[in-house]
Amino acid sequence: MYDRGWSDGLPLVPPTRERVLRMLDSTSRSGDEVVALMPPNLVDCTVEKVAVNSVMAGCLPEYLPVVLASLEAICTDDFNMHGVLATTMGVGPVLVVNGPIATRIGMNSGVNVLGHGNRANATIGRAVQLVVRNVGGGAPGGVDRATHGSMSKLGFCFAEDEEDSPWTTLAEDRGFDRSVDVVTAFCGEGPRILVDQQSRSAESLVRMLAEGLLASVSPRTVMGMDGLLVLSPEHMARFSDAGWNRPRFMEELEKFLMVETDGILAGAGGIEEGLPPALAGLTLPKFRPGGLLVVHAGGPAGLFSAIIGGWVNGQMGSEPTSREIIR
Amino acid sequence: MTEPVTVLDPTSEATPGQRSLNPRPAELEGLTVGLLDISKPKGAVFLDRLEERLTAQGAMVRRYAKPTFTKPAPVDLRHEIATQCDAVIEALAD
Repeated sequence: MYDRGWSDGLPLVPPTRERVLRMLDSTSRSGDEVVALMPPNLVDCTVEKVAVNSVMAGCLPEYLPVVLASLEAICTDDFNMHGVLATTMGVGPVLVVNGPIATRIGMNSGVNVLGHGNRANATIGRAVQLVVRNVGGGAPGGVDRATHGSMSKLGFCFAEDEEDSPWTTLAEDRGFDRSVDVVTAFCGEGPRILVDQQSRSAESLVRMLAEGLLASVSPRTVMGMDGLLVLSPEHMARFSDAGWNRPRFMEELEKFLMVETDGILAGAGGIEEGLPPALAGLTLPKFRPGGLLVVHAGGPAGLFSAIIGGWVNGQMGSEPTSREIIR
Repeated sequence: MTEPVTVLDPTSEATPGQRSLNPRPAELEGLTVGLLDISKPKGAVFLDRLEERLTAQGAMVRRYAKPTFTKPAPVDLRHEIATQCDAVIEALAD
């Protein structure tokens, strides 16, 4: 299987007929149904091909509906998987799962949520990338031209901790009912941790989070790149103790995410990178409206949050895209 | 001896169509050369210089731009270039 170019570098589970049939049993969809037009070669991708790759990735059958919905989300003009794959920036689809399915299939939203140790988290994202590679023909060195790449290209999937969150979920924020199973695809790099172990008030922590977010992707980007903030339970507690709900948090955070453009113009501070002179004298938000996604996840102890930087956003690049997960 | 294991093909099983490049023109005099800007910063710096050089060699230059560098060139744009030009140069940037 390595020699045929099917692997992402890790060992694969041989996709025998029996394993693939068992995988297909977990969806009501027919094996020959076309899920998406798969970039970069723009070929029809069937449920069966997704099942084959999901077996190889190590998925249990019950994960298949999440893999299918993820592929539907990324193979849209909005998400622009072709561009996400081809860009020299090290970004990939970051998949956030909401709804009862996360618990039902044993996804991790707690300790080490963005790391290793959970089969569903580890293999769903991997299966999605194997489909892009094997069905779509998108392999590193071919259409995938990433300078460094990142772990989000190997597979990056996790669940939001809904049960212990005092806030509405990411999916609710994006218009879905809490009872619905949803996957949201965000084009992002690997996570970086933001440390704040001393803030005891919401007012202090929100300022600190903003300072960290201002450096997301580059301190000199404004509005052009989105972000995904993963708030840990201990950080979330600062806001819930203060009675801040999601809209209040966003309102307060946005105040500290305003950037004076004069400080980040090309040439400012002896740095050639920066905004063009036409944008001098303005105050602009770091993120476009709706360009910062916030989820609650992580272990119960630890005064850290995680920032996942995005890529060129909107119709010029990639739009965060949510899809209902259908069994 | 163990039984051989049969695995299913995870690929599309489709063979992408192979198209060869047109032969390189022996000379540029009288030819129309398309210059495609991918719409990234400073791409025009490179293409402006190419236009000067190509024009000096007697080629006629037509300029095109992708709507965004993050997506493949739209079919209409590719068709336009293919029908209007004898050769094309696509610029990267930064």
